[in-house]
Amino acid sequence: MAALTQAAVGAEAPAARPRRRGGLVPFLLLAPALLWLVVFFVVPTISLASQSLQTGDIDNGYTLTWHFATYADAMSRYWPQFLRSIIYAASATLGTLLLGYPLAWFIAHRAGRWKNLLLVLVVAPFFTNFLIRTLAWQIILTDNGPVTGFFRATGLTNVLQAIGLTDNNSLLGSQFAVTCGLIYNFLPFMVLPLYTILERLDTRLLDAAGDLYADGWNTFWKVIWPLSLPGVVSGTLLTFIPAAGDYINSKLLGNTQTVMIGQVIDAQFLRVLDYPIAAALSFILMAAIIILVAGYVRAAGTEELV
Amino acid sequence: MATTTKATPGDLKLVALTRHFDDFVAVDGIDLVVPGGSFFALLGPSGCGKTTTLRMVAGLEEPTSGQIMLGEQDITGTRAYQRNVNTVFQSYALFPHLSVLDNVGFGLRQRKVADWRTRANEALELVKLADRAKQRPRQLSGGMQQRVALARAIVNQPDVLLLDEPLGALDLKLRREMQIELKRIQQEVGITFIHVTHDQEEAMTMADTVAVMRTGRIEQLGAPSELYDRPATAYVANFLGQSNLLPLELRGAATAGLVTASARGVQVVVDAGQLPADAGAGLQLGIRPEKLRLLGPGSDGVANRLNGWVTDASFTGVATTYLVKMAWGQELTVTQSNDGSARAGLGDEVTVGWDPHQAFVLPAGAD
Repeated sequence: MAALTQAAVGAEAPAARPRRRGGLVPFLLLAPALLWLVVFFVVPTISLASQSLQTGDIDNGYTLTWHFATYADAMSRYWPQFLRSIIYAASATLGTLLLGYPLAWFIAHRAGRWKNLLLVLVVAPFFTNFLIRTLAWQIILTDNGPVTGFFRATGLTNVLQAIGLTDNNSLLGSQFAVTCGLIYNFLPFMVLPLYTILERLDTRLLDAAGDLYADGWNTFWKVIWPLSLPGVVSGTLLTFIPAAGDYINSKLLGNTQTVMIGQVIDAQFLRVLDYPIAAALSFILMAAIIILVAGYVRAAGTEELV
Repeated sequence: MATTTKATPGDLKLVALTRHFDDFVAVDGIDLVVPGGSFFALLGPSGCGKTTTLRMVAGLEEPTSGQIMLGEQDITGTRAYQRNVNTVFQSYALFPHLSVLDNVGFGLRQRKVADWRTRANEALELVKLADRAKQRPRQLSGGMQQRVALARAIVNQPDVLLLDEPLGALDLKLRREMQIELKRIQQEVGITFIHVTHDQEEAMTMADTVAVMRTGRIEQLGAPSELYDRPATAYVANFLGQSNLLPLELRGAATAGLVTASARGVQVVVDAGQLPADAGAGLQLGIRPEKLRLLGPGSDGVANRLNGWVTDASFTGVATTYLVKMAWGQELTVTQSNDGSARAGLGDEVTVGWDPHQAFVLPAGAD
């Protein structure tokens, strides 16, 4: 009831709020963030855009020639890496959702006094550097390690190989390892938004659903899932977007067949030194993500939700 | 009684129903038969186990021991969604992501009822909210949400409808309206209503039968007038309205249905028919404030009279409520109707009297 009343009050509140005078204050409050965005986002984005349309080479310098062909060139050369990035990021997002949802539910509604400790544990990996954490997975999945040993002993390596997630009898250097790394690294980004939304979920609604003949399965799909969609949307976005551009996991846990687009951009910028194509690739990735996310948010219809 | 009464189909029967929470006994072996089609109220203060009892009937709480029968069917072990029982929750628990119509249709759709839309609309008409079908619950007022919750429950035509303090969140005026409305709907649909409340007036206004609960047990069960006029314990007497209680000692044998007794040294007569079977621990005489009268001159015929002086008088329009202090320090509450009878002022010495048939006798001891 309290939640409902609050929601009702919240819905009516904006109309009643009086207009503040002193028009300068909001701008002053916005200024630091705006300045930050201009310096570190707008300027680099423009310079990147210009870079992507330049021709030349590193020794003689680049000149802006509005050379749009670089984009076509980039797509024709690197579309497999693009596609792979999207697929890996999507599988990792699905993986974090499947692992994170029950975990978030458990922490929110079943953990009792262990709640805070479990939340700290979810975030705990962040106390270690991203690179170090991923390197740790190299050790975990190493050929003579216990995990690989277990997978081999139970024949799971053969299963993974049969469905094409690994190429041989190892775990490391495979799609499987890259996706595991992504799932591991981005799990907290899924769990925290889900936890926030599930924790607020009024469990009396579950009583009501049960009372109205919904079994556990239907209660989940008809009540819990729709009410948790805002958390699912933010969690999947927070996972998918960085995962699509990630290059550490594919570099450290993958092989030449698992190269993601982030790795290509990294190589073009820092080793091949072909700045225009690197810039074009960055722009294409950005555009691809924006289109996918926009379509996704539209489909999820978050504005319809509470 | 529950074990001997043969339940007709549709009766709800609780047999030695018990629920423990760790060491705490919330419901302590309740035996109860709620006849099909009746309006039944479970009345008691918070923590008396009434909501736990209701949740066990709904299937939301598992009994530690005991049985729940619906008609001839034992439903003790079934899950909430398997029972033909619906609940109107105290918090309404309307689904915020669904429209009013979808909320009302929820149960029907779960049961794959084809014409759920028609029936949900009919239920909304019953609660006079047909024009709100497309809105979200939070766009409605508290009273309307309450009616949606009611429609959502009765649309399923349950064998038993459970109401968990459904009017608790409403203001007084709306509550009165809803009490009448609920009663009307109950008579219209003919479903068994079990209404949990801590509001004695609400229970008495609406229910055919009221069970007063106390610490996990049923203290007394009966029609509202029976509970009010003939409470079996001081607890019931005080929970349902106000009572003036006096220690009572019997002095003589019954003559013409009346027994002579003494209350605080004053001789009184009591109705012999009201003496409890077990008077081992002593007796108490109880008189409701409105049954006490201020006696004017010419009232010598009244057998029961007590002298005191007025320490407080509050006029409410329909009546005046006096506090009359007795010689032994106790203050009796006297409510005198504004019917032209004598009034008294502060400090006046007065005599109060009552009809022996209008008083009740309780066993003393445990309150």
